[in-house]
Amino acid sequence: MSVPFYVSPEQIMKDKADFARKGIARGRSVVVVQCAQGVIFVAENPSKALHKISEIYDRIGFAAVGKYNEFENLRVAGIRLADLRGYSYDRSDVTGRSLANAYAQTLGSIFTETAKPYEVEIVVAEVGADESADQMYRLTFDGSVADERGFVAMGGSAEAIEGAMSAAWQPNQDLETSLRQAVNALGQHGTDERRTLSPDDLEVAILDRTRPRRLFHRVEGDSLAALLQGPQAPA
Amino acid sequence: MSHDFPSAFGLVGTSSFTEFLNASGNEPGVSRSTGAATSGGPANLEAPHGTTIVALDCDGGVVMAGDRRATMGNIIAQRDVQKVFESDAFSVVGIAGTAGLAVELVHLFQVELEHYEKIEGTPLSLEGKANRLSSLLRANLGMAMQGLAVVPLFAGFDLAEERGRIFSYDVTGGRYEEHDFHAVGSGSTFARGSLKKLFRPEADTDAAVRVALEALYDAADDDSATSGPDLARRIFPMVSVVTASGVETISEDRLAQEVEQMMAARLGRPDGPRASVPGGAS
Repeated sequence: MSVPFYVSPEQIMKDKADFARKGIARGRSVVVVQCAQGVIFVAENPSKALHKISEIYDRIGFAAVGKYNEFENLRVAGIRLADLRGYSYDRSDVTGRSLANAYAQTLGSIFTETAKPYEVEIVVAEVGADESADQMYRLTFDGSVADERGFVAMGGSAEAIEGAMSAAWQPNQDLETSLRQAVNALGQHGTDERRTLSPDDLEVAILDRTRPRRLFHRVEGDSLAALLQGPQAPA
Repeated sequence: MSHDFPSAFGLVGTSSFTEFLNASGNEPGVSRSTGAATSGGPANLEAPHGTTIVALDCDGGVVMAGDRRATMGNIIAQRDVQKVFESDAFSVVGIAGTAGLAVELVHLFQVELEHYEKIEGTPLSLEGKANRLSSLLRANLGMAMQGLAVVPLFAGFDLAEERGRIFSYDVTGGRYEEHDFHAVGSGSTFARGSLKKLFRPEADTDAAVRVALEALYDAADDDSATSGPDLARRIFPMVSVVTASGVETISEDRLAQEVEQMMAARLGRPDGPRASVPGGAS
């Protein structure tokens, strides 16, 4: 008769966390960065159909890295929560904070209660009237939430990207500058050689505080190329 | 997902907000009312009613306009009610009938379209939108049988076919594509007569806006439940234009100008512009 091995709770949690981290590190990265005009989401994502960035509500956007089916599930649940709340109460009652809470609870329960944690990391961003009123929440696979300022990088080479971003980012900079910084930082992926990412490799969207009502819009094709090759061409 | 989002939030395979509402036990107001279908005869209550909506095709798009009156029997319940709504970036919906239910229907319809667009990452086709409205309307059949009917008129720009299209509905959710122009509501008979004489398929959007204003004036002229332009209070019909570049709601200032010109012309000829007949005096 065999006795099951005793595995300490610390070991279980550590194994699960390592597993989730490994899964996330395999994927390409995403940067979310603030600028005077709003919050920009930049993902290295050659697919034009399988998005890593999404609109959630009027002022709220979503970005994710990791396993597609898992973050897609979270994205859809977030849109449903936001639309249900806005329909039952009022559009102004849908907040990024409540959404971040729901995600944190969900990811936390999945991490502790199931054998396999979600291999995802997500950002929920809500734009305010100006940069100081913006909110960016980073949610990790175990349900921890961090309230971030300036920029957030997630995915395979998050550390290298954060290094590049923290050297460059300034408060209240314009859209083009923030976008180029983010694209340059994403080019540090793999660290050995610097790459220059073309518009075809990128999925870009902005929560633009100067728009009416639904602030989220995608920047694609020619308008993205134009933003990337402004007067100060990227390195 | 069976965790802190309730299980319905993890529902796979639907992009519809109403289907999600039903699955999550939060039935929308309009379909909750189906239960009332069995509870007997006509509702013996007076609720505000919206009156006349017109829509017409034009070169490059479609125009929809509605008067601003809600009536309750012989009483004017509200004189500046909004009855033409932007349902999404490329479509508008106008409502006649029981105002409370109609506004709720529009609200649900707007969320439905936006919800689909966000989940799928692409908007519904115009035909798809028209069909969604049809099924939302069918859910209100119980109330309609008690006399609380809602009759929407839907119009939008079909990006695939590159033209404006108009859809009308009956209370059972029947959906009919209209060609050239249509009107719904208590003054619709008179508005349609007017549209029949003034409609020109080649008219540009500005001309079509004028035709819509004339048609509403003619409706108000003969239907007591439809309001004409209220120059003293500066309450004008609501007019929206949908073209390839999206929905544009005509500003109050521009409406004021158009209405003043129309009124000036009507001072000379109260019945409005005259349609020409071959051989007839002009």
